[in-house]
Amino acid sequence: MPDTATTYGARAHARAQAGSAVTTQPTVPASSLADPPPRVPAGDVVWEETIGTGGYASRAVPRGTRVRLVDVDGDTCAGLLLHRADRPAERLNVADTVKLQWQAYPGPGYLLLSDMGRVLATLVEDTCACHDTFTGTSNPLDNQRRYGDGSAYGPTPSGRDRFVVALAKHGLTERDVAPNVNLFTGVRIEPDGAVTLRRESHPGAHVVLRAELDLVVTVVAVPHRLDPRPQYTAGPVRITAWRGSPAEPDDPARRSSPEATRAFENTDEEAGPWAR
Amino acid sequence: MGAMTVVHDEVVPARSPWSHTLAAGDHLRIVDLEGNQAVDFLAYVAADPVERYSAPDTIAARGNIFLTTGSVLMTNRGRPLLTIVDDTCGRHDTVGGACSCESNTVRYGHHTKHQHACVENFLLGGAPHGLGKRDLQSNVNWFMNVPVEADGTLGIVDGISAPGKVVELRAELDVLVLVSNCPQINNPCNGFDPTPVRMIVTRPT
Repeated sequence: MPDTATTYGARAHARAQAGSAVTTQPTVPASSLADPPPRVPAGDVVWEETIGTGGYASRAVPRGTRVRLVDVDGDTCAGLLLHRADRPAERLNVADTVKLQWQAYPGPGYLLLSDMGRVLATLVEDTCACHDTFTGTSNPLDNQRRYGDGSAYGPTPSGRDRFVVALAKHGLTERDVAPNVNLFTGVRIEPDGAVTLRRESHPGAHVVLRAELDLVVTVVAVPHRLDPRPQYTAGPVRITAWRGSPAEPDDPARRSSPEATRAFENTDEEAGPWAR
Repeated sequence: MGAMTVVHDEVVPARSPWSHTLAAGDHLRIVDLEGNQAVDFLAYVAADPVERYSAPDTIAARGNIFLTTGSVLMTNRGRPLLTIVDDTCGRHDTVGGACSCESNTVRYGHHTKHQHACVENFLLGGAPHGLGKRDLQSNVNWFMNVPVEADGTLGIVDGISAPGKVVELRAELDVLVLVSNCPQINNPCNGFDPTPVRMIVTRPT
């Protein structure tokens, strides 16, 4: 038994715990990571963290930051929300995202748009291309029915409760939990409107988001709500972020459609290129 | 169904906001008076509006993006909020969201920035109830037609409604309803001509 009967003993016991490692934790400093992404100097890495089943992570990142999410085991569902860091009432709007691009299925080059006609992030890499803009994330009642426990502090928390606590640390509340995008577990819409689940990810599948404005990026790893498996299943998600520049004037994402061009024009009006 | 008494009957002018609090058990009948008029619709639990209509919870619970008779509008906490008890149109949209001045610039060009839009109506109609921008999330669009193609292409196309088509909802809780009678003139959601709609609230007697 450790000697924690005294402040001196308790202090020594606490300090002796440092240096432990688990599979789901941040790497600090991020630049000490063992395997930086291709062509990325380790010194440019600003966020390195792996979240496990039912976990979440949230971080403010400056515009231009690249955020890579990896489906480590090929069997996760990563719920994603984006808020403007400096004015979080502006946030990811999935309805505008699908409507303004005339496209409901994200893939390489897809834009994640705010409710103010601006580009929050560009999907600059996507080796999965099977995602979900329709069904959002689980709520506590869902998980109570599905897994027998929907509590925020239990073994099978809902995505909603994960988002609530993640955003609370930025001063936000449940009002700010907008409909999210799910990455790595997708859906497709049948001609009659029916929603069907598609699991087309693979170990190591990844997406890279480029922040086009200063953002709060929030990721939760919880089972897709249409996943029929009785076990609470969502594998680890590795998050790696590094410094970079937002879309350059000649970036192909700007010319991918007339709507993309105007959405980037609106973004530039707000934040640059004069602001770089 | 027992006898119902009309407790409210109002024509909502074209382009305008509207809000009303329904008691649990009340029915709200929305009449598309002149046909193909999109009615953008949000709903909140009256006692605690942080709990509100949620498109993803509704889509997931129903397994379908279209709404019609029997569909249940769910809250963000997974509770039934409103049930569709009658629908002579056939299907309604959960995906397309509300038009805004800002999104119109992306969709149609910067010249549309100053046109009236549904988000303006939601902000105007929500403010007296203490609701602001953070409280606006994906809404229902009654009488609006948004198909999704096999390749993911989606968009607002010509409506399938007609003069006199109705949808009727039953409140499962006390519900604050917030509506924008859509003023959009750049796509077919209103047949390029916004028109009035009629709201009839009935209560079991």
